[in-house]
Amino acid sequence: MSTQLTVSTSPHVHSEFSTRGIMFTVILALLPAGITSVYFLGLRSLAVIAACILACVLSEFFWQKCVMKTKVTVCDLSAVVTGLLLAYNLPPTMPIWMAVCGSIFAIIVVKQFYGGLGCNIVNPALAARAMMLISWPTAMTTWTVQGISGATPLAAMKAGNAVNVSCWDMIVGNMGGCIGETCSILLILGGAYLIWENVISWRIPVVYIATAAILGALFGHGSVTAEIFTGGLLIGAFFMATDYTTSPMSAKGQYIYAFGCGLLTALIRTWGGYPEGVSFSILIMNVAVPLIDMYTAPRILGAPKSNFFKRVGGK
Amino acid sequence: MNLPTFLGGVHPPEGKALTESKAIEKLMPENSGELFVYPLSQHIGAPCSPLVKKGDAVLVGQKIADTEAFVSAPIFSGVSGTVKEIAPKMTVAGSIENCIVIESDGKYEKAPSLLDELGHKPAPGDYVKLIRSAGIVGMGGACFPTHVKLSPPKDKIINWVIVNAAECEPYLSCDNRLMIESPDEIIRGLQYVLEIFPNAQGVIAIENNKPEAIATMKEHNKNPKIKIMPHKVKYPQGAEKMLIKTVTGQEVPLVPALPADVGCIVLNTRTTWQICKTIEEGLPVVERVISVTGDAVNEPKNLQVPLGISVRRLIEACNGFKSEPVKIIAGGPMMGLAMRSVDVPVVKGTSGILALTSKSAYIAEESACLRCGKCLEVCPMHLEPTLLDHAVRKRDYETFEAHGGMNCIECGSCAYSCPASRHLVQSYKNGKAAVNEARRKAAALAKQKAEANK
Repeated sequence: MSTQLTVSTSPHVHSEFSTRGIMFTVILALLPAGITSVYFLGLRSLAVIAACILACVLSEFFWQKCVMKTKVTVCDLSAVVTGLLLAYNLPPTMPIWMAVCGSIFAIIVVKQFYGGLGCNIVNPALAARAMMLISWPTAMTTWTVQGISGATPLAAMKAGNAVNVSCWDMIVGNMGGCIGETCSILLILGGAYLIWENVISWRIPVVYIATAAILGALFGHGSVTAEIFTGGLLIGAFFMATDYTTSPMSAKGQYIYAFGCGLLTALIRTWGGYPEGVSFSILIMNVAVPLIDMYTAPRILGAPKSNFFKRVGGK
Repeated sequence: MNLPTFLGGVHPPEGKALTESKAIEKLMPENSGELFVYPLSQHIGAPCSPLVKKGDAVLVGQKIADTEAFVSAPIFSGVSGTVKEIAPKMTVAGSIENCIVIESDGKYEKAPSLLDELGHKPAPGDYVKLIRSAGIVGMGGACFPTHVKLSPPKDKIINWVIVNAAECEPYLSCDNRLMIESPDEIIRGLQYVLEIFPNAQGVIAIENNKPEAIATMKEHNKNPKIKIMPHKVKYPQGAEKMLIKTVTGQEVPLVPALPADVGCIVLNTRTTWQICKTIEEGLPVVERVISVTGDAVNEPKNLQVPLGISVRRLIEACNGFKSEPVKIIAGGPMMGLAMRSVDVPVVKGTSGILALTSKSAYIAEESACLRCGKCLEVCPMHLEPTLLDHAVRKRDYETFEAHGGMNCIECGSCAYSCPASRHLVQSYKNGKAAVNEARRKAAALAKQKAEANK
């Protein structure tokens, strides 16, 4: 036998999971909602989506190749996901150059400055959106539906007006809002697909949406349906809050995190300065993740029941 | 059907179809001049010293190496012939160790049985001694001396004796075949152990993907003290702590606690069979059943072979390879050792030889951890694998230890599920070795200081 044998540590077989495969599944789950919004909000959305993806991939490539001189990992598709998510969080009328600036900020400042994939402390797309909201407030809050500009349902609610969209329009996405956040039914289907494929667990989206909707209704902000189907709650709960890097790893931690997101969203929507609270809620909870992780470490099989707080706090 | 199991774990493709219906075949090379190699350490504990020298004639079942140490087990020749040399040779693990090399005469002449030495029919009081003198160790791969397991501290009451017939490693089916072909020996072996621990309940725990074995064992079991218990198909169901949790609902406390601390003794299937043979016939450990399988092997088989035989012979007995293997593994694909060469001898703990082609062996470059948490979800010990991995890579062994790294059972569930293909098990092995080394050094230093103060 002339073969060269490979010697390595066990295990010698592997599941079908890979970083690239997971990112690809997320892109697949996001696509239908994007296509619908191009239909409702016009071709302009497509230009914003393309600009964001391209800018994200190129800035990651540039940073790794020219600045850090490390291995280029754009093939893992994570930059594409960031670009797609950022675009979905922008209004369709967004000037392209602003979208590009946001993308560069997301990849270079939020992701690469902290060490790249898996090391960032907040969600890059959301942090970029927050930066853009502060830098270009008008451009970020101008909404048009098929050429007619108007307030989003959440902004109308904030201003004390009745919700101006029918329930059906809310569900299919025929209303004002960001590119990817309007078509509720496809976002839910996309999220369900991710859960089905075992890419995300049901815990964060279900707990987040339930908390935000129920508390929003309790706080007297709006009806449960309006809370769920307007604004960025669905895309935030299924696609942003579930970002691996910036969410807790243990089941217990995920419940706490999702509840926190829901509580903050309801608080901001009801009493905050902005009509929408999803981005800021998730960003705030992102920062709390290391703490949540520390206090929700699972109990090791066979460890005494009371020991885990001591284990964490002991040193 | 809701079968008992534990929390966590994975379900790798089973690959058992290759060998599960293949009856055990005997492979005994009858040509003289064949070399059989016996490493002096085939178990956890002190290595043995040779009892024979170059030129000595030996018989099948003749003790060729032993030691005074308690945690150890003697080694027996599987063939008759002449001792050719005692020299360093490569073992399955890839390390070079002192080995006794015996040139077979192909006749398999037997040495007097252990019962002749004892001189009378063994009583329950003789069992543990007999098991020690037969060199029985855990034959699932860990090779912990069985007589040590069967001698728990006096204050520990043993309530459960569990035969680990889970065989949760993919591809392997030697325990499955043994249960189908010699169920009575396994049941009687367990009965003998229950005679040592009269208050214990006997359980034969089998993964539910072996319906034929479960049916056979149930049919042959007439003892009300023995329960045949099928459980869910999940890896690592056959890990000692997971099996105890599944069967008894109890958790074995953190290391260094042992199953005896929760009143359990867990024995491998082949070990139980061997206990029966030793007590009834005085047969020491001279042979074992091995699944030779994998998608690179021409005719996968379950072979019964004398210990010391070269792995190359096993592959030849299966008509060689049908396609080029990239990895040959001693044991199963989840915890087995990748071999450097096939010119190494079969030892007591070799449960399988698995030759995988590049299609099924996983060789991938690792990438950055995504913090996806899959490893936490599957870790059957409920550790935080990614945190331990980071700690080891930073050589922060204190954090590794503080977060329970020493409790890792190296089952590989985390690395199996990791989308970034992190070499997690390798990290834990390094971490554990570093902690053990530091402990040894600290103990040596303390001893030195104590002596200086005298």
